[in-house]
Amino acid sequence: MVDQIVRIGRQGSKFCSGVGQAGIVLFHTTVRKPRLRKLFPLLIEQLYHVGVMSLVIIVVASLFIGMVVGLQGYNTLNKFGATAQLGQLLALSITRELGPVVTALLFAGRAGSALTAEIGLMKATEQLSSMGMMGVDPLWRVIAPRLWAGIITMPILALIFAALAVLGGYLVGVEWLGIDPGSFWSNMQSAVDYKTDVLSGIYKSFAFGIAVTWIAIYQGFACVPTSAGISQATTRTVVFASLATLGLDFILTTMMIGGW
Amino acid sequence: MPSDRSMNFWVGAFMIAGLASLAVLAFKVSGLTTYFGGNSYVLTADFDNIGSLRVRAPVTIAGVKVGEVANIQLNRDSFQAKVTLRIKQIRNDLPEDTTASILTEGLLGSNYISLSPGYQETYLANGDQITETHPALILENLVGQLLYNTKSKAEKADNKKT
Repeated sequence: MVDQIVRIGRQGSKFCSGVGQAGIVLFHTTVRKPRLRKLFPLLIEQLYHVGVMSLVIIVVASLFIGMVVGLQGYNTLNKFGATAQLGQLLALSITRELGPVVTALLFAGRAGSALTAEIGLMKATEQLSSMGMMGVDPLWRVIAPRLWAGIITMPILALIFAALAVLGGYLVGVEWLGIDPGSFWSNMQSAVDYKTDVLSGIYKSFAFGIAVTWIAIYQGFACVPTSAGISQATTRTVVFASLATLGLDFILTTMMIGGW
Repeated sequence: MPSDRSMNFWVGAFMIAGLASLAVLAFKVSGLTTYFGGNSYVLTADFDNIGSLRVRAPVTIAGVKVGEVANIQLNRDSFQAKVTLRIKQIRNDLPEDTTASILTEGLLGSNYISLSPGYQETYLANGDQITETHPALILENLVGQLLYNTKSKAEKADNKKT
């Protein structure tokens, strides 16, 4: 019995110190004298690895999700004879929810896990500590460009996702199933509002970007420097980042619908 | 690992693709700035009941979209709904005896405003009011009236029998 309580206490203090350390990592990477000229080439390199390389999975997934939403929506709306409203259904569900959330989940799986594995391996092969010995701060040299790249990339990927998913829905709804394109677009345009739908989707993806990259980087930075430790950290990144995305999504949606 | 130059190219292309998607979402999907800019003018119309008319609902003439609802307020003096319409400037303005009516797209669709131009030679200018309006048909009221009518008819028939 006492052992159980001791274990709970140990877990709790471990969790708290983990959150604190993650906060310290985030603080030291973002709040510092900016050395933009040196940071910029590193940032470009990370934007390539984190952003451009994630593009393929985002493009393919968005087209298929748009097509599936179009198909399902058409079949359901057909029961009410309201297939002209498909554009509205498609655009609202994608700009508000599916775009940011699915992008964040794919991003956690594609880029987040890679970030954790890379940083974890750097730690295991003592690249990080040797950088420190040479007087190069690994937080600045390794962590900061990856963090910024993740934060910049996520909203862009979510935008590309949303635009292509609407295109996928258009292909199925209009080109294949034969909805009138005029009513498809005009219903969409009268239903979707730029501020409440498109912009709130961008805010969401921004928040998800911070959460996912932060988790990925901290897990890599704090992993046990063995091969088993790296694999555990990678798994934890994907699990925690996905859960954080879904939880944050609920909180942000209540905030946006509630109006605060 | 690709060379510096091709990496820069791809990152740049990635950024441009993001901006292009934002433009598509803003203009094609959410219809931002459809009727903004200089060549549009504003009319107002007071309705007894606007039903479920919303801001940004379309304004049509003969089924062709010519503008949108810019604002809906309550007129405190007459307790009518004061609707502001933003109309795209066409070559000839609308005649003064134009009527505005609130209609429904299909049976369960959203409300929109239909303008039917009159025949007068004087024209509505920016800020003018459309005086002749038809309120929205509220489905519940119609059903209520129908039930009331059939009931009273049935009662009349009963009275005749007795």
